Amino acid sequence: MKASASALSAAADVRRAKSRDAWTRRMPVLVALVLLAAWQVLAQQGMVSRIFLPAPSRIFTFLGQSLVKGDLLPAIGATLSRMIVGFVIGAIPALLLGWAMGRARGVRMFFDPVIAALHPVPKIAIFPLLMLVFGIGEGSKVVAIAISTFFPIVINTYTGTRQINPVYFEVARNYGADRWKTLRRVVFPGSLPTALAGIRIALNTSFVIAIAVELLASRTGLGVMIWFAWQTLRVEQLYGTLFVTAVIGIALNAATAAMSRWLAPWAQPPRERAGARL
Amino acid sequence: MSFRCEAVTKVFPSWPEDVVALRDVTFTVAPERFTCLVGPSGCGKSTLLRIIARLERPTSGTVVYQRGRQPGELRAAMVFQDLGLFPWMTVIDNVAFGLEMLGMGRAERHARAEAFLTRVGLGGFLRNYPHELSGGMRQRAAILRAFLVDSPVLLMDEPFGALDSQTRLVMQEELLHIWKEHKRTILYVTHDIEEAILMGDEVIVMSGRPGTIRQIIPINIERPRQLADRNHPELADLRLQIWRMLEDEVRRDLKIAV
Repeated sequence: MKASASALSAAADVRRAKSRDAWTRRMPVLVALVLLAAWQVLAQQGMVSRIFLPAPSRIFTFLGQSLVKGDLLPAIGATLSRMIVGFVIGAIPALLLGWAMGRARGVRMFFDPVIAALHPVPKIAIFPLLMLVFGIGEGSKVVAIAISTFFPIVINTYTGTRQINPVYFEVARNYGADRWKTLRRVVFPGSLPTALAGIRIALNTSFVIAIAVELLASRTGLGVMIWFAWQTLRVEQLYGTLFVTAVIGIALNAATAAMSRWLAPWAQPPRERAGARL
Repeated sequence: MSFRCEAVTKVFPSWPEDVVALRDVTFTVAPERFTCLVGPSGCGKSTLLRIIARLERPTSGTVVYQRGRQPGELRAAMVFQDLGLFPWMTVIDNVAFGLEMLGMGRAERHARAEAFLTRVGLGGFLRNYPHELSGGMRQRAAILRAFLVDSPVLLMDEPFGALDSQTRLVMQEELLHIWKEHKRTILYVTHDIEEAILMGDEVIVMSGRPGTIRQIIPINIERPRQLADRNHPELADLRLQIWRMLEDEVRRDLKIAV
């Protein structure tokens, strides 16, 4: 009798814990909905200025309309394609140089000070110079994005390579690994988790820089929509486009997280409890 | 295959004076024997092992193997003190790593590794990563990796140093069991006197700073040895004998430390 009672209460405990987890998981969505609702009410009642803060319903109406009109998707496409091209152009040499610096003393001695000197320069500040060199077309924008991508990846790949425990190189040597096998089986996977962290930062930075160069000099892209909205004081468009950039940012983070789970399954943090994901 | 250290000396340049890690170390390890190397910590045991594995060069002296390296052969495989398994490879890839480096195809090396792993009870963990295994399982995998390459010499650097004493006992028996089936020349480094006596055909006693060989003691306890009841009449005598050799030095080190 007593035993079954305690079993029952254990089952109840599990049930309670499960429903608590379910609530924690839904919490972010719930908070967002409550805030949106409050915003809607405040805006509709005219308690906040419509110029600064249009009602959410109006922002979403604008987004719907511009989807139908067909100017939102091309803008997203322009920004993303620019970003991806620049990212790839920056990321590949960054990975190669990072590994080379990690493994070869000569390369490290040469590039370490160069990177230390160039990295702190705000990348957007050299955009005028890039326009001078690469023209005001696509070239200068892609190069600006590539440069902003390059630094976080090269630094992380280099650091990740240097941090590989020397024991693993000894194991490889003991079993007769040649240079290429050591690279493939020790250097690449050993530096990967840190390199991926750099790629994650770089992807975010490349998005920021893509929008920034579009604000400065472009005819297409989300940055242009934002700037145009400001100049014509279309507040819904301003908020709507910002909302889209936020969603893209979240999607980029989710994509890089999925990529690390796929490429480096051994280096994942222990499964987190529900609700602790953000 | 036997090998021989001849007057191996290792000096690490340092300030204010150089550190002599090993001085004039000379001994022969007979083929297919289990030789234990025991000594206080910091006596250069690991350095000696690394020199024998050709991971490090001696300052003077040589290590001579009975015969030269044949193509596609690894003369001496090493089991490292810890962290020898690659965290980014699954258990089966780790165990098959030696074969992979020798150029064996994926299907064949995986088949061999799987057969070996299954025999020691790791068949259910082929696709797991090392961090998902217990300490004992990890050491088993590391030892299998060394056995699997068929190298005539195995060098083991305190492979069970990090294990709790019960797991350690099981692993010692298991290692002797694998060795009985796959005879190799083993040089086993430990700081545990009892372990050295219970495992070895021969115990090389080293003293430290600089590392020199004190004595080489043959162990004539018959095999298979029952490691669980450690009541061999010879055991106590041998333990005392070795301890006497090392005692002064250990005490001296403690005084310096305090």
